[in-house]
Amino acid sequence: MALLEIRDLDVHYGAIHALQGIALTVAAGQIVTLIGANGAGKSTTLRTISGLRRPTAGTLVFDGQSLVGKPPHEIVRLGIAHAPEGRGIFANFTVAENLEIGAYARHDKAGIAADRERVLTLFPRLRERLQQSAATLSGGEQQMLAIARAVLARPRLLLLDEPSLGLAPQVVQTIFQIIREINAAGTTILLVEQNAHMALQTAHYGYVLEVGRIVMHAPANELERSDEVRRAYLGVA
Amino acid sequence: MRLGVGTLLRNLAPLVVGVALASILHFWIQPASGAFATKVLVDIGINVILAVSLTLVNGFTGQFSIGHAGFMCVGGYVAAAVTYYGSHRLYGDAFLHGGVLSWTAGQGGVAGPLLAGGDLLFVVACLLGGLAAAVAGYVVGLPSLRLRGDYLAIVTLGFGEIVRVLFQSTQPQLFLAGEIQSQSTWRLGTMLGGALGFTSVPFYSTLFWVYAFVALTLLATYRIKQSGYGRAFLSIREDEVAAEAMGVHTTRLKVRAFVLSSFFAGLAGALFAHSIGSINAGELGFQKSFDVIIMVVLGGMGSISGSTLAAIILTILPEVLRTATEHVNRYLPESYALPDLRMIIYSLALIVMMIVRPQGLFGLHEIWDFRKKARRHEGT
Repeated sequence: MALLEIRDLDVHYGAIHALQGIALTVAAGQIVTLIGANGAGKSTTLRTISGLRRPTAGTLVFDGQSLVGKPPHEIVRLGIAHAPEGRGIFANFTVAENLEIGAYARHDKAGIAADRERVLTLFPRLRERLQQSAATLSGGEQQMLAIARAVLARPRLLLLDEPSLGLAPQVVQTIFQIIREINAAGTTILLVEQNAHMALQTAHYGYVLEVGRIVMHAPANELERSDEVRRAYLGVA
Repeated sequence: MRLGVGTLLRNLAPLVVGVALASILHFWIQPASGAFATKVLVDIGINVILAVSLTLVNGFTGQFSIGHAGFMCVGGYVAAAVTYYGSHRLYGDAFLHGGVLSWTAGQGGVAGPLLAGGDLLFVVACLLGGLAAAVAGYVVGLPSLRLRGDYLAIVTLGFGEIVRVLFQSTQPQLFLAGEIQSQSTWRLGTMLGGALGFTSVPFYSTLFWVYAFVALTLLATYRIKQSGYGRAFLSIREDEVAAEAMGVHTTRLKVRAFVLSSFFAGLAGALFAHSIGSINAGELGFQKSFDVIIMVVLGGMGSISGSTLAAIILTILPEVLRTATEHVNRYLPESYALPDLRMIIYSLALIVMMIVRPQGLFGLHEIWDFRKKARRHEGT
């Protein structure tokens, strides 16, 4: 069953046609990845889903409801959380305060407390640093905080934008392990990545985006084996 | 959950303490300190309300409003008109009709009861002034707060000027009791003195009332900052896009902060009009708005205690420097006398401050944060 269904999506930045007729389906319970080079439109796709960008044409349907024209704060309440590129953590807040604002759209105190406990178990590093200001965290810890904060919104669909950006390989492994665990616990994930190798190993299904168009899509293991993807994104001749 | 009498008492305790301090200022400090010190203390109180209320917008939500004096003006005129014309309607004149709390020692006359009808009129006028400013804040904020960046600054600057011109083109004020009685209430609302300003406002703004309202303002802003609401305000300042992605309705919250801020600015305007006995829009232009912005920046963006301290310092400093200039000039030949040295020193002090501590006195923190941090350091 498709949780998110995107059809003929067009997005413009002024005269620049950033997304051209994107069609994309995210099945419930899966990890779907969107890979592609810099400037292909990966982040724009996520920003359009979460309402930060308005599409010029096309349909976005989440769980039977159209997202077009809905403001971001309503989309969060429908069950879509976005961990934006560059992490977007609140640097002058403590880790605990960042987590608190992640649950801003929720009012079930007991559920929030349980989810807070769950993410702190997933990310023990954050528990150690709860009262520290987020600015003092390392890049990897900041990424963990951005993911933890998005999970606290209890999304049905989690949008992750470049979680591996600028992180040491070992930290990347940890982050992707946790992404799998979050998915195993029942959250559907749409993952945007430049690190195609990690993304395709983690995801169930993949889309390849090139200058605003989907050029390929297939189950992730098939994409990983395909010659074009190997040449263009996996650095294999 | 511990709801009930205990919680209620704990929440009201700061206000009780504030009113007690206001009473001490009013009954003990004021008679002993003389008219000049009293005037400075009243100015400090009003400036604290202005600075703390602007902190709600410029500090908490990180928007840049430069029309605070405009809201002060709206509140001041509305409150002044309510007290002045209301007093005429109720008592047939515009003298003080308050009790001891509205009566300044040394003014002559006899002390009446603790509270009288005039006090109620004054408090209602202040609240109406605040409400009028809040409505103005809503009208200005709703369209302009949808935009990001400098637009709000431009719109609020324009608003301040529009308010000034509007009040300066009102009808002449009425002074004769007979004329006032014969006019309809709505007509009186347009007779606000024009370019001459609105005068003969009764002097209700004693130290007690000013500091009671200071306590109310500080308590309200402090509670807002501590609440989940406050955190959402601050998240807008930190990163507006991320805040939106968290489900924070940024426009709505910005408008709310702006309306609250305008309310307190209107309140400050009301107290101001009743402290000098008049209000003139010509004197509340963008210069006044900038005075308040300087307090907020100097105190630290978003720090309630910082803006409070900055308001106190920046109100006292020119007065201290005034006396200092007079002393220096005594030793200089008349042709070399320094006419306005104090403003030069004042400006230099601000420049030095911004170089030495660009984040303001307390930066993003409150004074009590530092104690907490010190304790944490001792602990580890």
